[in-house]
Amino acid sequence: MESRRVTDSGIGYREFRPRVIPVLLMRDRQLYKSTRFADHRYVGDPRNAVRIFNGKAVDELVLLDIGATARGAVEFDVLKEIAADAFMPLGYGGGIRTPDQARQILDIGFEKIILGTAAAEDPDLVTVIADLTGSSSTTVCIDVKRKLFRGARVTYRNADKTLSLRPAQFAKALEAAGAGELIVQSVDRDGTMTGYDIELIAEIADAVRIPVIALGGASSVADLCAAVAAGKAHAAAAGSMFVFQGPHRAVLISYPEDDVLIKSFGGGTEAFPAS
Amino acid sequence: MDLERRRHFGGDIVIGVIDYGIGNIGSILNMYRRLSIPAARAHDAKSIALADRLILPGVGAFDHAMNRLRALNLEQPLVENVLVRRKPVLGICLGMQILADGSEEGREAGLGWIAGRVKKFEFEAGSAAKIPNMGWRYVAKDAPHPLVDSLPTDPRFYFLHSYHLAPDDRSHRVLTFGYGGGIFVAGVAAGHIAGVQFHPEKSHRYGMELLRAFSKWNPGA
Repeated sequence: MESRRVTDSGIGYREFRPRVIPVLLMRDRQLYKSTRFADHRYVGDPRNAVRIFNGKAVDELVLLDIGATARGAVEFDVLKEIAADAFMPLGYGGGIRTPDQARQILDIGFEKIILGTAAAEDPDLVTVIADLTGSSSTTVCIDVKRKLFRGARVTYRNADKTLSLRPAQFAKALEAAGAGELIVQSVDRDGTMTGYDIELIAEIADAVRIPVIALGGASSVADLCAAVAAGKAHAAAAGSMFVFQGPHRAVLISYPEDDVLIKSFGGGTEAFPAS
Repeated sequence: MDLERRRHFGGDIVIGVIDYGIGNIGSILNMYRRLSIPAARAHDAKSIALADRLILPGVGAFDHAMNRLRALNLEQPLVENVLVRRKPVLGICLGMQILADGSEEGREAGLGWIAGRVKKFEFEAGSAAKIPNMGWRYVAKDAPHPLVDSLPTDPRFYFLHSYHLAPDDRSHRVLTFGYGGGIFVAGVAAGHIAGVQFHPEKSHRYGMELLRAFSKWNPGA
């Protein structure tokens, strides 16, 4: 469904559609794609990949350095090269522990700071960074794993450690701490391309007022739409779907055409709720 | 100094991007580098005077931006170069908002170059629209203008803001967008003074086209 609105001057324009965000995982300056946070497969050079995504006019791009926390350092020089070629909003996560690091990331040309393990271990850091950079630049990525007897739990340190908080409780605490946006990632669905954990996403989206980005499991545009429609997410993110092609998962960067996304999402529900 | 060197070597029109510690000027310079259009940081009276046209960026809070401009002694050079010497200026995001008289977000007076005030979003009852307005919006060309005429059909731009500029004079509206059931201003122009609410430097080919148009814009006397 193509939807157009008309301004008060009588000029037609296209309606809002939700953001679709590729997520790239970097380790030791190279890109990998994981399955359930393991089995990392090499998928290319980050600078090259970002250049290709730039050419495809993606809505936004997220880069997560999955080795940074363990290494205890942020690869500012690589990030600088990446930002120089990226004319879209950029988010970076991995190893950020101080406001000064956050400030450097923004100065390089990234719009959003993404906290993961740091937010789980030290929720005060969310407030410190939000106070410095603004809530809209402060995103937290919540990695959720479903445990056999304990239900959904928040994990951190590459899903090795677990918080006692329920995901929705943690999400509320992060909102109160100043987070401007949450990425909700299903560890169980990561790289499986079996669809999002819609129940989890909806539970968190219902618990907070800030935007929720769905991540983990997407394989098709229909999955992206389900995250927004049934999952009530504000935006849909994916890794494998944008870097693998076909049943044998050949590495090929792709991104849906804007027209396809507009038709599939059928006009936004955020800007103009059904009347 | 960078600007002096560029002028000396090129003689091209040079765009000065005001650096007052507010906002991401690296992305704007990167985009002009990609376009092969000379642009450089302008951080003091001298570099502002050397530029042929100016971009005023900004993110964050209204009062903070005005206070920074004054603390760095940049307001007077801006007035001199924009109002007296009539150099074209483009405000981006908060840099557009401070062109107005003032804002509901703060108490400081704005530059007052575009008559109007900056207001908090108010939505229709029952709207699910969030604040900040964060993401891509399609914008409508409200009036023909050299800054936007070359944009393709259904241009879309990346927005990130919690307040919006409401110009007193409707004829100053150039671009509008819909959000939460209302129509808001995405771009303004009054003579040689213009501003956009979105981030062209983060809006791919649409933003690149707008920044290119600004580099060629000749608003006349």
